[in-house]
Amino acid sequence: MADIVLDNVVKRYPDGTLGADHVNIEIADGEFIILVGPSGCGKSTTLNMIAGLEDISDGELRIGGERVNEKAPKDRDIAMVFQSYALYPHMTVRENMAFPLKLAKMNKAEIEKKVNEAAEILDLTQHLDRKPANMSGGQRQRVAMGRAIVRSPKAFLMDEPLSNLDAKLRVQMRTMVSKLQQRLETTTVYVTHDQTEAMTLGDRIVVMRGGVVQQIGSPQTLYDTPKNLFVAGFIGSPAMNFLPATLENGVFRTALGDLTLTDELRQHLEASDAPRELIVGIRPEHFEDASLVEEHQRPKGSIFTAEVDVLESMGSDKFAYFSVQGEQAMSDDLADLAADAGTADVPGGDTGTLVTRLSAASTATEGRSSEVWVDTSKIQVFDPHSGRNLTTKEATPAHA
Amino acid sequence: MATAVAAPTRGSGQSAASKKTWWSVANLVVLLYALIPVLWILSLSFKTADTVTDGNFIPRSWTFENYAQVFQIDLFTSALINSIGIAIISTVLAVVIGTMAAYAIARLDFPGKKLLVGVSLLIAMFPQISLVTPLFNIERAIGLFDTWPGLILPYITFALPLSIYTLSAFFREIPWELEKAAQMDGATPLQAFRSVIVPLAAPGVFTTAILVFIFCWNDFLFAVSLTSTSRSQTATVAISQFTGASQFAEPTGSIAAAAVLLTIPIIIFVLFFQRRIVAGLTSGAVKG
Repeated sequence: MADIVLDNVVKRYPDGTLGADHVNIEIADGEFIILVGPSGCGKSTTLNMIAGLEDISDGELRIGGERVNEKAPKDRDIAMVFQSYALYPHMTVRENMAFPLKLAKMNKAEIEKKVNEAAEILDLTQHLDRKPANMSGGQRQRVAMGRAIVRSPKAFLMDEPLSNLDAKLRVQMRTMVSKLQQRLETTTVYVTHDQTEAMTLGDRIVVMRGGVVQQIGSPQTLYDTPKNLFVAGFIGSPAMNFLPATLENGVFRTALGDLTLTDELRQHLEASDAPRELIVGIRPEHFEDASLVEEHQRPKGSIFTAEVDVLESMGSDKFAYFSVQGEQAMSDDLADLAADAGTADVPGGDTGTLVTRLSAASTATEGRSSEVWVDTSKIQVFDPHSGRNLTTKEATPAHA
Repeated sequence: MATAVAAPTRGSGQSAASKKTWWSVANLVVLLYALIPVLWILSLSFKTADTVTDGNFIPRSWTFENYAQVFQIDLFTSALINSIGIAIISTVLAVVIGTMAAYAIARLDFPGKKLLVGVSLLIAMFPQISLVTPLFNIERAIGLFDTWPGLILPYITFALPLSIYTLSAFFREIPWELEKAAQMDGATPLQAFRSVIVPLAAPGVFTTAILVFIFCWNDFLFAVSLTSTSRSQTATVAISQFTGASQFAEPTGSIAAAAVLLTIPIIIFVLFFQRRIVAGLTSGAVKG
């Protein structure tokens, strides 16, 4: 067990591209940290550098206070779970899990004991003599976990360990990973591209994009006060709605109509000298069927009327989708997100659609107009050029 | 059964059936083409000296005399031992060296890699006959002529390109993540190679071993040029030096019997290793 510190770590490829650009992360002992971002954001590169599978071009990596840049993976005493599991197919489950112990020259009795313990934890005892080829995806995944935990390493590194499982199993395994980590209290670095996994598993989340760390924080911090458009759009499902807005006479003119600002926000925007053209972000749950909003709540928000395109009832909630007329929010951050989600080239995809989460009691129906209330106090405001969040003081850099 | 087939599916059923017929015919032609000469030799080896030239496929009178005769020739027995020894040693060395070279070519980036691949390809394409005279002179000068190493060395040279090519194809198919996993589990590169990569490349290693063994076993050119006595003459050469019972008798029966005997080790070798060439040995390593 140890803390892991990435101090201005840079990965520069021979052709000059940066895989990771001055990454600074301090991971506390026993912490469960998630590296998340779209593919190609540098999260796996960062993980591989911690593992020692890729060289660090610049900066320093310290595990347990000791510089390990030059150490081979085997001398770093960390275990890794691979996306493909990477089980040794010619060995049984027992041999797979015993392999790291055998290499560590542990005596046979102790190996036996440790493997049995790990198998117990992972519910693999009855499978110990099977070969990986005859096992299901979930079982293989657990064997991969087992191989990592038998050694009681200083840290676990997990590279999208659940992404090859089907949806239901993934949720179960997510819980298992979480419990396992709490039980073993081992520092864990977990890479995923799935924001749900990131939100549910991590003590803290590191959002990366193009090799650059965008924001580090607890899941709730990232959700409530994203530093920029990219984080705002990446975290949360369904994603935050983004609308272009013009700040005029203390109201936002948007395609939904005029949205009134809270005094606090207006003062803050004036003080920080915000541009007039902005992007506002509204989370789906900050909408509500206007008829269900209590009278005294109404003045806190604005109401607009629009035709419901699609209504999805989830039982507990209803998701209503509206088409938004007029211009769409444009920004590099949003283009990146759309490219990652694969909606960039889908005609009439995510863009131009407003997603709202209404109470189950809502009477909204497909194809009919509906009155929807927006909680304007929860609106996030972004600079369309830099993508920076202009809403709150803590989200903006100190020097701004 | 045909009546049970519904009308709409009959068309596809017919075409599948005709496809199957075609394949069977093609297979049969290939099999006959390859097997008739072998069966012919087998038939010759069982014929008596009088009936050898009668042209019958199935011998009229059967005899084992040819086989008995072959083993009475001292040269043949010692040649068989030479053949087995030389082929096995060459195969082992070529496969061991080839495994390491192929691994390097498949996995590592090092300066001169393309050159190495190019040179090994060049060796494979080199006409062997053009090397016979220089090799003959060199080996006589350094005392390798008519010794086991004198044959093993050129065999390894010519078998290596083959083994490097076959093996590097196998190594490329082994997921690299397995090696990374071994590294993370605390293995040195050599340990990872030995306990993870080599066992997984086993089918490739066995395939290569079979090919190399057959190459060494069948060679006649080097064997006839670089040997002169029973010390190192191989079976292929010994057969060519068979003589008949008298000056005028053709040793056809003995040659046929010896040829049949020579194919037996290869058949055993292939059957033995074929069981180890289990397809899909790597299944289960990564998501399948």
